Amino acid sequence: MATMVAQKTAAPPRRRQRSPSRSAWIWVAPALILELVFFIWPVINTIWLSFMNKDSTTYVGLSNYARVFTDSSLLEVLRNNLVWLVLGTILTVGLGLLVAVLIDRVKIEQVIKSALFLPMAISFVGASVIWRFVFLYQPPGQTQTGLLNAILAVFHIPPQVWLIDTRFNTFAMIAVYTWMMTGFCMVIISAALKGVPDEILEAAKMDGAGRFTIFWRIMVPMISSTLTVVTITMIINILKIFDVVYVMTGGNYHSSVVAVEFYNQLFNFGNYGQASALAMLLMVAIIPVMYFNIRQIRQQEKMR
Amino acid sequence: MSVQGSKSAEQMAELASRREYVGKPQPKLTVGGTLAQALSSSSVTVIAVLIGCLWSIPTLGLFISSFRSADLIRNTGWWTGLIPPWSFTIQNYISVLQAQGMGAAFLNSMIIAVPGTILPILVAAFAAYAFSWMKFPGRDWFFFSIVALMIVPLQITLVPILSMFTAIGLTGQYAAVWLAHTAFGLPFAIYLLRNFFSALPSDLFESAHIDGAGSWTVFWKIIIPLSVPALASLAIFQFMWVWNDLLIALIFLGGNPERAPMTLAVADLVNSFGSNYEVLTAAAFVSMALPLVVFFSLQRYFVRGILAGSVKG
Repeated sequence: MATMVAQKTAAPPRRRQRSPSRSAWIWVAPALILELVFFIWPVINTIWLSFMNKDSTTYVGLSNYARVFTDSSLLEVLRNNLVWLVLGTILTVGLGLLVAVLIDRVKIEQVIKSALFLPMAISFVGASVIWRFVFLYQPPGQTQTGLLNAILAVFHIPPQVWLIDTRFNTFAMIAVYTWMMTGFCMVIISAALKGVPDEILEAAKMDGAGRFTIFWRIMVPMISSTLTVVTITMIINILKIFDVVYVMTGGNYHSSVVAVEFYNQLFNFGNYGQASALAMLLMVAIIPVMYFNIRQIRQQEKMR
Repeated sequence: MSVQGSKSAEQMAELASRREYVGKPQPKLTVGGTLAQALSSSSVTVIAVLIGCLWSIPTLGLFISSFRSADLIRNTGWWTGLIPPWSFTIQNYISVLQAQGMGAAFLNSMIIAVPGTILPILVAAFAAYAFSWMKFPGRDWFFFSIVALMIVPLQITLVPILSMFTAIGLTGQYAAVWLAHTAFGLPFAIYLLRNFFSALPSDLFESAHIDGAGSWTVFWKIIIPLSVPALASLAIFQFMWVWNDLLIALIFLGGNPERAPMTLAVADLVNSFGSNYEVLTAAAFVSMALPLVVFFSLQRYFVRGILAGSVKG
């Protein structure tokens, strides 16, 4: 029945128009033109520039790409991005899942959700200022005005320079990102959890399943498609991570990531070739994720 | 690939069910209950409250700091300000709004964010209308190509666009940022709006067409009024994204300080007055004020928009 309705309405009859298909093009034209100018053409152009030298005058083959994988400072950038990708994704999705499950039947659920979700409304710039007051450092012996170091002081641990010390700075910034994005993951996962039917959980309990069994064997598999979507979204966002690092360390102190390095290459060193190669690497890294994402969407569109 | 007709039927059924799922109040919560019974429910509440507090502390710290004098900020932690006698001041806000050019930056943010919200939604609505209710060759192919663009790193597009803008003299103009935000916001906007549009009941369109209404009339008289919830959630999203954006403003405004929005002004303060915390705190809060108001007043729509975009239960 639904099929018939759809066939009738997929192409609504239009009067006074020579060809329905021609008028459709007018409606999509602004979007298509913008996407062509702002996405398709730049991607082609960037591919081209990435094979050229610093000021795009001579063809240099793959040397820009080779440098990314041989230059020690650029290798470090790649390594940082990898740490971001693994840790950032696990923390945001994991914590989002954990909190969503924990607060699911708590009376104050909405309040907690708002608290976790609020950072989404704050810009990365604002967040970086907020977190400065957590990471602030004063020399040992002085009153610590940063929250983290003040807590350390209570336990007589010497203060740390969180954002400059290369042992900590990437992790400190991942913490900031986690603070910002966990709410996003939580809201989506929590909505999916509410779609898990009561009967299944009751049946599992009757069969004597413990709470961890219920969590891992029933809840997680049942919301797996949502978890996949959330994870993909996080992976894509984190691969492109820019703002947090740009504002908190500017990519200094060995904490740079690909997007920040791209920005520095372009605007501080004027190296168009190297910058384009870095951008292309991001693109290539995202292609498998993109493929997976589209496949996911298509499957879901077909499924129902 | 199945037949066009049955395919869109499936899509419609899916979208209709999703719309129902998002729009209607949820059935009584179930999952956590199972866990909550295992843990005692009061301990779950305690953990939940602790998590909520943990998440709020950083923002609270900045908020309190922004009302403290430069001297106090420099020498004591913000938490000591909670202990009476209180000595709060609004001097930081006064000096930010007057001396630091924040008023102009706030205005710039508005000038950037309002067209940067309306334009992409309008263009996306046009396209989404065609993608959901018109038939033309390659329709699905174009739609999925645009969805795919959602994940192209913006960085990749910046160099060519910047040189194009510079060539036609747009760099440093508001229009450059408007256009960029419109183009970059389109993939998500089209994806979201198509979902909503195609879930609208088809009889409406039929009767409108029988009455002789053209596509233009149908769009403005039927689609737009019926899609207000979707449009609202999208608008909130886009507004937040544009308001909070740093990268696009940073690059396409070409360091033109007269047009710098809040994020850029605050980022400059962070970089140049790294130790001038009293200015920084108030500036950061001023830049957050509007998004926070939008967030708290329209939270329902905000969450609904996210769900419509990503939940496939």
